[in-house]
Amino acid sequence: MINKVVSGAEEAITDISDGATIMLGGFGLCGIPENCINALVTKQVKNLTCISNNAGVDDFGIGLMLKQRQVKKMISSYVGENAEFERQLLSGELEVDLIPQGTLATRCLAAGYGMPAIFTPAGVGTEVAEGKEVRNFDGKDYLMEYAFDADFAIVKAWKGDTAGNLIFRSTSRNFNPVMAMAGKITIAEVEELVEAGELDPDYIHTPGIYVHRIFQGKDYEKRIEQRTVRKSEV
Amino acid sequence: MFSKEEIAQRIAKEIKDGYYVNLGIGIPTLVANYIPKGINVVLQSENGLLGMGPFPFEGEEDADLINAGKQTITTLPGSSIFDSAMSFGMIRAQKVDLTILGAMEVSENGDIANWKIPGKMVKGMGGAMDLVASAKNIIVAMQHINKAGESKLLPKCTLPLTGVKCIKKIVTELAVLDILPEGGFKLLERAPGVSIEFIQQSTAGRLVVEGEIPEMKLD
Repeated sequence: MINKVVSGAEEAITDISDGATIMLGGFGLCGIPENCINALVTKQVKNLTCISNNAGVDDFGIGLMLKQRQVKKMISSYVGENAEFERQLLSGELEVDLIPQGTLATRCLAAGYGMPAIFTPAGVGTEVAEGKEVRNFDGKDYLMEYAFDADFAIVKAWKGDTAGNLIFRSTSRNFNPVMAMAGKITIAEVEELVEAGELDPDYIHTPGIYVHRIFQGKDYEKRIEQRTVRKSEV
Repeated sequence: MFSKEEIAQRIAKEIKDGYYVNLGIGIPTLVANYIPKGINVVLQSENGLLGMGPFPFEGEEDADLINAGKQTITTLPGSSIFDSAMSFGMIRAQKVDLTILGAMEVSENGDIANWKIPGKMVKGMGGAMDLVASAKNIIVAMQHINKAGESKLLPKCTLPLTGVKCIKKIVTELAVLDILPEGGFKLLERAPGVSIEFIQQSTAGRLVVEGEIPEMKLD
């Protein structure tokens, strides 16, 4: 079995340099690759194009990279939780491409499935459609959206093995499997790294062929954005 | 005039047994509290969950288990988890029976705007554009008039659009309205104590009033 293991986040991101296009998994702060984000902040790579559903919050996740002005362009669907992001966007310091969430996910999927483009009805008749090819199928209009072309995809999984197979946990799965398929180089950080053979092949979410580097992550904070609870029934 | 909770309660009456339902952020989220007893529905959360349960008990929050509003939630017996592409796949393929979402503006031909105020607020569309473009059955939960007293039910939206000709039903603090295929807000029900004249004044778009307009009932 091919061994994909690297020592840690620093080694995993060693060849990510200024101007790279990177995908980062996660929805809100759920399932984000915390270790690699921290390593990118330490490395201070700049002029990055980041493809990620959200942009973190001011002091966590991609927000840490924004604060240091490492991001030239952000491609996201929703950025409402990050005040610094909104400030940089409204002042024109940051280039932003806001795209529908399903379009974002499906453009990842297309890249991972070897398809150059998709057709989606999302955004037809809105400013999202500007400059895009529209095709009519069976009486309904669809936009042609291209597969993403990302140098790196960085994902976070619950468990992974030395062969790069990944299993995600609960809704921290979100964008991680489709981004894992979409990177030219895919880096996976996992909460628990095991030997090949220890994970049941029937339960693998992402086959190791899509993963180039894997490492055991550490010190996960797993911050909760909106802690909502109900009172215990007495 | 209805409170936000009452708007949610009125919308809940539109939910039928066996429905898969996607609830947006804001008033739509409250609808989950009023689903009639004896009706089986499955709530879809577009970050990748079918079968969204209630908030967890204190101390049982799981950072890996959230809804599209980033709130901690729970699963239920029969829940399933999937990735974001599949989540929007089932939305695009119209497997979800009903979508309930909020709006800043709706026009009399069914256009909706709810994601951007140029120069002021740029949060993004999230999944709203995908939902309105694909859902066969959308109910908008919104305030009829904004804080400045201006109507949000317009002849034409002034804000950047989220979707075109996609809204068919609206529930506000004043009224329940359908959007007619040929355009126009058809008044179906009015909130208790609210006059047709007041609804007329509060609706900038074309309001169609035919026959008796009953008061909304919540039970």
